[in-house]
Amino acid sequence: MTDFSSLTITSAINGLKNKEFTSQELVQFFIEKIKQNKHLNCFITHTFEQAIDMAKIADKRISAKNHRMLEGIPIGMKDLFCTNGIKTTAGSKILENFIPFYESTVSKNLWDSGAIMLGKTNMDEFAMGSANTTSFFGNVINPLKSFSNQKKDLVPGGSSGGSASAVSSGLCLGATGSDTGGSIRQPASFCGLVGLKPTYGRCSRFGMIAFASSLDQAGPIAQTVEDAALMLQCMTSFDEKDSTSSRNEIPNYLDYKNYRLKGKKIGIPKEYLIEGLNNEIKEVWDNCINWFKSEGAEIVDISLPHTESALPTYYIIAPAEASANLARYDGIRYGFRQKEKDLKDLYQKTRGLGFGKEVKRRLMIGTYVLSAGYYDAYYLKALKVRKLISKDFEEAFKICDLILTPTTPNVAFPIGEKQTDPIEMYLNDVLTVPASLAGLPAISVSSGFNKEKLPIGLQVIGKPFDEISILGAGNAIEKLRGF
Amino acid sequence: MSIDNSTVKKVALLARIEIQKNDEAALIDELNNIIGWVDELKKVNTEDIEPMLSVFNETMNMRKDNPQSNYTNELILKNSPENNAGFFVVPKVVE
Repeated sequence: MTDFSSLTITSAINGLKNKEFTSQELVQFFIEKIKQNKHLNCFITHTFEQAIDMAKIADKRISAKNHRMLEGIPIGMKDLFCTNGIKTTAGSKILENFIPFYESTVSKNLWDSGAIMLGKTNMDEFAMGSANTTSFFGNVINPLKSFSNQKKDLVPGGSSGGSASAVSSGLCLGATGSDTGGSIRQPASFCGLVGLKPTYGRCSRFGMIAFASSLDQAGPIAQTVEDAALMLQCMTSFDEKDSTSSRNEIPNYLDYKNYRLKGKKIGIPKEYLIEGLNNEIKEVWDNCINWFKSEGAEIVDISLPHTESALPTYYIIAPAEASANLARYDGIRYGFRQKEKDLKDLYQKTRGLGFGKEVKRRLMIGTYVLSAGYYDAYYLKALKVRKLISKDFEEAFKICDLILTPTTPNVAFPIGEKQTDPIEMYLNDVLTVPASLAGLPAISVSSGFNKEKLPIGLQVIGKPFDEISILGAGNAIEKLRGF
Repeated sequence: MSIDNSTVKKVALLARIEIQKNDEAALIDELNNIIGWVDELKKVNTEDIEPMLSVFNETMNMRKDNPQSNYTNELILKNSPENNAGFFVVPKVVE
């Protein structure tokens, strides 16, 4: 069998068009790779039969020169996106046997563009986690290892850990993710990939299992900026089934190729130089500032004064919204049920046994901050601070075009670490959460390595609906990083 | 304000989550740590600041209220743990 390991989405599209190989050959190759790498636990459900059927259709369309943008390209679908007739679990026992009878808009858009689903990727339960250690279906393993300790398994990041690990280990050419506080960017950074969270409202939330509705956004995880742009193009649409779907015109994202840093103002927020930021990450950040200068960009010192408050704000708002969203899992209409004679007992036992520890912790926090007597002190307060965080960005974008920061304070860590204190796990998202609260588009691009040869990602944050500029800056990083 | 035993019981009831007896003490500690940590926000001056419910600043989309029948009764019941004669089944709630 031909080795397709070095393919990207872009090179696979060319190979398919030039008849160097067929989509069926591609799909067969990735099916074998997935079977050989089961220990990484990237997938919750395999959809190999459907993939082969979809590949046959793709090959016919390619032969007839009737191909669509992602015709014949095998991808992974995060198990947060409802797929018609295919089990969708959100990584939870409570949805262990849930089979949707409708398709999420994002997955539908991808299939309508010719993409092929190899399976549903593993994730933190209901996307609540930063290490992919909260899934009912087990931990996902990062294919990358520390240079000096090849035996220790590292986390892939989370919550889209299955997607990131699968793309990084070459089990699929790209994958979908969802990002509430960093769940696309952080795993992309830990696995040496590109992850893009679009502006809030750019991708439809219809059929995407809800966590925190005012923050949830779908986006691509891919090997290159170009692949991410292609996937993004196919994922976005205006959707009347989502009340917060944007009507803003969708540009041609590949236009990022014409983007030049020359004359652009790049903001460097001093507040992101947090205590605990790894020195090697700081070095890569500094290197990138120099790369951007060499391209003619102007570096501007900016201040986002409420950065420090972003994480606590997020850990009030996201659990509060989750406590409302996850009220639907009652053991009546779908999902797991613990049979009881009394209805209240049924609810409590179903949810007590059906949800994992981290989900229950957040539902308790969310319920508490919304409960009588605490609503004003916590929830309302957090909404006001969110406004201040959003205003910080508005002010900053008056004097700069883009903001450059690290994606994470540290690189991928061993499985089992940061498990005793929840807050220690939450700190993984300290640099990604502010852009989420402000609804801004942000990309993470692999920009260097530490001494242990683990990847370091940098984040570029853009103005609302300016995905082209963050893709353009990401592309510049790819060209200048020297690998 | 710290979370004690009775607060946890009250919140668990509101959230309809049964907490196992031997998980309770650890959960109380974790919740207190988290609440203590988010309490930092009290220091932020939010006088005259409007709460921000959403970053979405376009007009909310309202679809036309036309009757549609996309899903059959059979489909909707397919995922239910228990159903009978076209209905979801729950434990008896009236005497």
